[in-house]
Amino acid sequence: MSETTASWPADSVGLVSPRSLHFDQALELDCGRSLEAFDLMIETYGELNTTRSNAVLICHALSGDHHAAGYHSADDRKPGWWESCVGPGKPIDTNRFFVVCLNNLGGCGGSTGPNVVRTDTGKPWGPDFPIVTVRDWVRSQHRLMQALDIPRWAAVIGGSLGGMQALQWSVDFPELTRHVVAIAAAPRLSTQNIAFNEVARQAILTDPDFHDGRYTENGTVPSRGLMLARMLGHITYLSDNAMADKFGRDLISGNPQFSFEAEFQVESYLRYQGRSFIDRFDANTYLLMTKALDYFDPARDFGGDLVQAFERTDAGFLLVAFTRDWRFSPERSRELMRALLQAGKSVSYACIDSPLGHDDFLVPVPDYLKVFGQYMSRVAEEAGA
Amino acid sequence: MKPEFSIISEWIEPDSRVLDLGCGDGTLLALLQAERNVTGYGLDLDVGNIAACIAKGVDAIHTDVDNGLSEFSDQRFDYVVMTQALQVMQQPDQVLIEMLRVGRRGVVTFPNFAHWSTRMQLMLSGRMPRTRALPATWYNTQNIHLCTLKDFEALCDELGIRVLERRVSDDQHRNGRSRRWFPNLSGQVGLYLLDKPR
Repeated sequence: MSETTASWPADSVGLVSPRSLHFDQALELDCGRSLEAFDLMIETYGELNTTRSNAVLICHALSGDHHAAGYHSADDRKPGWWESCVGPGKPIDTNRFFVVCLNNLGGCGGSTGPNVVRTDTGKPWGPDFPIVTVRDWVRSQHRLMQALDIPRWAAVIGGSLGGMQALQWSVDFPELTRHVVAIAAAPRLSTQNIAFNEVARQAILTDPDFHDGRYTENGTVPSRGLMLARMLGHITYLSDNAMADKFGRDLISGNPQFSFEAEFQVESYLRYQGRSFIDRFDANTYLLMTKALDYFDPARDFGGDLVQAFERTDAGFLLVAFTRDWRFSPERSRELMRALLQAGKSVSYACIDSPLGHDDFLVPVPDYLKVFGQYMSRVAEEAGA
Repeated sequence: MKPEFSIISEWIEPDSRVLDLGCGDGTLLALLQAERNVTGYGLDLDVGNIAACIAKGVDAIHTDVDNGLSEFSDQRFDYVVMTQALQVMQQPDQVLIEMLRVGRRGVVTFPNFAHWSTRMQLMLSGRMPRTRALPATWYNTQNIHLCTLKDFEALCDELGIRVLERRVSDDQHRNGRSRRWFPNLSGQVGLYLLDKPR
């Protein structure tokens, strides 16, 4: 227990606690297999109004979870991953919305996934956990929606892989999705994106401690592979300029040491990011998440035609991109915009001039918060929130 | 609100699909949505304007109109509107062509450089005119392609664009008799409804 009285910033949701929901009806998956039962770890913020019209769903990205905002305890040093955008008076205003965020299936934050012990075998799922897709996630999120008795999402919102889920919602459940906010997203991965994911996966798969995914039973952790995967990821989250500005080429000790220790600032940054990831993430989950990214392609069921994929939805869309993002560049958001324009859908698009790159979607860039906030304010008005 | 917006609103048929180039804070589209039940999008280069549009319930696309309208297919809109922006375009002729490619009709408004006050200032003072319609100095103006009503109509003619309606007004959009008789001399702002016979 902390002896200090907890004091959160006024615009934070403050102390929050996750809870787990059990689902005992089988969930059919795209891979042909099914999950007989599953659990989803969720957090909610704000109050559901009497007409149940103010619920929004936040979908997380590659390494995210259900903990989008607030603090888990008085000594929690770091708030949730989207603290910049979720809270009282923030774009996703918890004074107006009932906010739902979950850890996706296959995740490692408490929902059913590779690191969870199976009831039938008494062993962790490990590599036997089925490969899940964005569509599977949306289907499981629909179950969650039913369990919470929410008739329609006022908005489904996400950045990066989270934005892809939001888009998939409008395709798969058009009547249940009033608005979609897709930030730093893409209609599908580029070949280069897949290539990066493959290197990340190979780093994990070839780690001698990986043991074909059964590392828990073998008492090991494929930490080197997971660390490498994360380091690689972090390179793609920042722009060239942002990295140069942040770390430059300065040597930590001032002079070359002619060794392979971390000498440049960026080396120690990447090593730090990689190492701290091992403690909180699961290697099998990382494999699954990258695979879900690779497979994401809402146009696939529509002969590759994205316009047709969006044909059935009447949702309003907000697309936001960041100028320096090279993982999912503004051009990728414009692809989505073009398809939505062609389909005659209600869509707004903003490209935010900001330095970081892909990571900007997690950062309180003023123009970003303004556009996002104005849009959500309209969503709230419409929802009577 | 700019008086020219109410004239434009009169021109727009109800339930039309409208594209507004250089839509600013979305005032015109919001008006047209309310008065004419139009649907459509505003295009603007300034992200603050995009936020302002969204706040008004106007769908806005953050883009540079100078890069063309390739995102829009032919005859996708009933009207493509551009108010007080023609003169800041890199290639006004190309914009006009694009407007009438994606729209059945075009609405254009711009300051008339041949207005008597402009002519008088240039003649008497020998300096670049500054009027209520053109308040900026020559070195900080965004206007790079100013023209007169006659110039504009000549360009339309050249491009095979037909003038369906023309209104000229002073900056208060008062409609005087002289403006009907000597439009190019007495009109401070030109408002045009255009189409392009296919």
